[in-house]
Amino acid sequence: MENLTQLPKIGSTESIRDMGPLARREFRNGLLFISPWIIGFLAFTLIPMLATLVFSFMNLKLTDNPFDASKFVGFNNYITMFKDSQIWNMRPDSTPGSLWVTLRYGLIALPVGILVPMGIALLVNHPDLRGHSFFRSMFYMPYIVPFIAAIFLWAGVLNPQFGWVNAILSSLGVPKGNLPGWANDINWVYPAYVLFGIWGIGNAMLTMVAGMQAVPTDLYDAAKVDGAGSIARFANVTFPMISPVVFYNLVLIIVGLFQYFLVPLALNQGTGFPGGSTLFYNLYLYKTFFVFGNMSYGSTLAWTLFIIILFFTVILFATARYWVYYAGEKQ
Amino acid sequence: MSVNTSLQQKSVKKMDISLSWKKFVKRGNPLFVTVVTTVILALFLMPFLYMVFTSLKNQTQVATTGAPIWPAKYPTYIYSGENTKTYTLKVNKSGFPVDQTINMSDYSGKELEVYKVPQPDGTTKEMALIKGYQKSSIFIDPAKPANDPIVWTGYYLSLSRSWVFAPQWSNYVEMWNDVNYPRVLWNTFFYAFMTTIGVLVSCIPVAYGFSRFRFPGRDILFVVLLAVIFLPTTVTIIPTFTFFSKIGWVGTWLPLIVPSFFANAYDTFLLRQFFMTLPRELDEAAMIDGASPFRVLWSVIIPQSYPVIVAVTVFHLVWAWNDYFGPLVYLSSRMDLQPISVALQRFNTLFGSRPELIQAGSLLTLLFPLLLFFIAQRFFVQGIVITGVEK
Repeated sequence: MENLTQLPKIGSTESIRDMGPLARREFRNGLLFISPWIIGFLAFTLIPMLATLVFSFMNLKLTDNPFDASKFVGFNNYITMFKDSQIWNMRPDSTPGSLWVTLRYGLIALPVGILVPMGIALLVNHPDLRGHSFFRSMFYMPYIVPFIAAIFLWAGVLNPQFGWVNAILSSLGVPKGNLPGWANDINWVYPAYVLFGIWGIGNAMLTMVAGMQAVPTDLYDAAKVDGAGSIARFANVTFPMISPVVFYNLVLIIVGLFQYFLVPLALNQGTGFPGGSTLFYNLYLYKTFFVFGNMSYGSTLAWTLFIIILFFTVILFATARYWVYYAGEKQ
Repeated sequence: MSVNTSLQQKSVKKMDISLSWKKFVKRGNPLFVTVVTTVILALFLMPFLYMVFTSLKNQTQVATTGAPIWPAKYPTYIYSGENTKTYTLKVNKSGFPVDQTINMSDYSGKELEVYKVPQPDGTTKEMALIKGYQKSSIFIDPAKPANDPIVWTGYYLSLSRSWVFAPQWSNYVEMWNDVNYPRVLWNTFFYAFMTTIGVLVSCIPVAYGFSRFRFPGRDILFVVLLAVIFLPTTVTIIPTFTFFSKIGWVGTWLPLIVPSFFANAYDTFLLRQFFMTLPRELDEAAMIDGASPFRVLWSVIIPQSYPVIVAVTVFHLVWAWNDYFGPLVYLSSRMDLQPISVALQRFNTLFGSRPELIQAGSLLTLLFPLLLFFIAQRFFVQGIVITGVEK
């Protein structure tokens, strides 16, 4: 009890001293139960985050002492970062910058990551479909396949010489010279990588199915009476009702997109093959720290990444009130 | 409409097809939607079939263009020595004819390659190769093994061969030994099991704390917990790795297992959402009877929460099985400790030219999560619905 009163107050107006004995006991028990998370949050999230920030203003290698105050270099790392062509280079004739690579991949991955699960959710939820729960399970099932196995399976199916997809395409009459080179071809590498990750849609699909099932049927009946066709019903009933789920998935995709790097790392050891087109931002960060042992520049890249993600998330939240509909929040 | 005259039969037939197609495509036809969904599902799951087929192929088939997609090999014929005579045949080895002595008993018990040999009557026949040269080759007829061998003029390698279904199960054995699968499997199970215990013993109390106690700052802390789900892990990895490396934990299991005992946001959220739906009357009654909060959690909350606890367990098992980045950075120097995902990737780097082994290894990697999914299907679906929709 004694030392509890010395705890700083956490976001409350009343002080712990003013609490009754019952409230004080509840406070003590509540904190006791959530303490594993508080300790873990401090040790593995908050303190490392701040340490990353501090490191980004220093000049440290992995072997250096991070408490050495003489290593402070101010904004030097950030100045280097802003001039770093490995991040920013946009000229098409040379190796593209890693941020540019990430954005170009995202331009395909983002719409696919929302529209494909939405389309499958609509299909799986279609009133005329027989065997709903079978199809729902089967479309979800690949989600649990370890990603490392999934990329080897898709890389096999999309192999330019021996893969089934190109065999199907050529049997459909695509001439041999026009067959896509998929992951080996600088023009097809992003669609190929999106397909490597296509089995990851299971989660988004299931949440959208659940969202669609929560739509009250009388809304559809009313829309039908008003003469709404299937497209109008989707735009005016289904989409607004599942928009919170879409929003949630959109945030997850954006956060995941900027951190994307495990597929190129696993497939070609982070060489950027073909032609540097798979040197994603986070891969550059990974190599900076884990391969070259540059702690400070890695930290600078990490905080920049964090700020970029924060920026996009804030924009997303700011636009949310125009298109995300929360049923409980009617004015 | 009933049309009986045979004259109109043809046009009616055509009309029927178009009519039934229209009927088929028409909205409200369950068959159409179900067929379309099945086709999309088949394309979506195609890599599984590719994996199974490829994992059973032999190296020759993998390297041959135009080979069938199913596991197959060139047919062979084992000659059982029906003919023991010795022949002297005129063959053209490399430009001029010479006499070649063939003692048929030498070939008894040998496995002979089978080629499609053109016959004098213009057909082709599958025949077993005894001896082949650049300009002529000696065959016997597997259908009549006691007959005399024949000489066909031409290079035997220019003949085509058929494929027969032949799964090569030994790929799995080779993969099993090459990646030291029993060791890798044990590592993966150990990692998955230890971290699952960590998740359960930490997330359940934290979720209980967030759902059953009112205290100042609780809601802000809960928002912070949720925000961590969206936090890029990149922003914490450098100091964390540096710290673990300074205290000598890199190259051990500890940096992978210890953090799991400090309640991750995702599983805590899942459990808390479920605990919120449980009626408070039971725990209040237990409290009045003098039960401590721990006792209430143990005897009242946990027994009612079996579905969500199973869901968290299966999610976490699958997550740990799948985890690649953590083991990669912390165990890169210790091959003997690596779990299956890292081992498979390492194998792929070494044996990139052996797709049949990579696919066999992929199958061995995804077998456990797949089995778990089919056993615990409904818990997966429930768990995701809790996290995704109630937000």
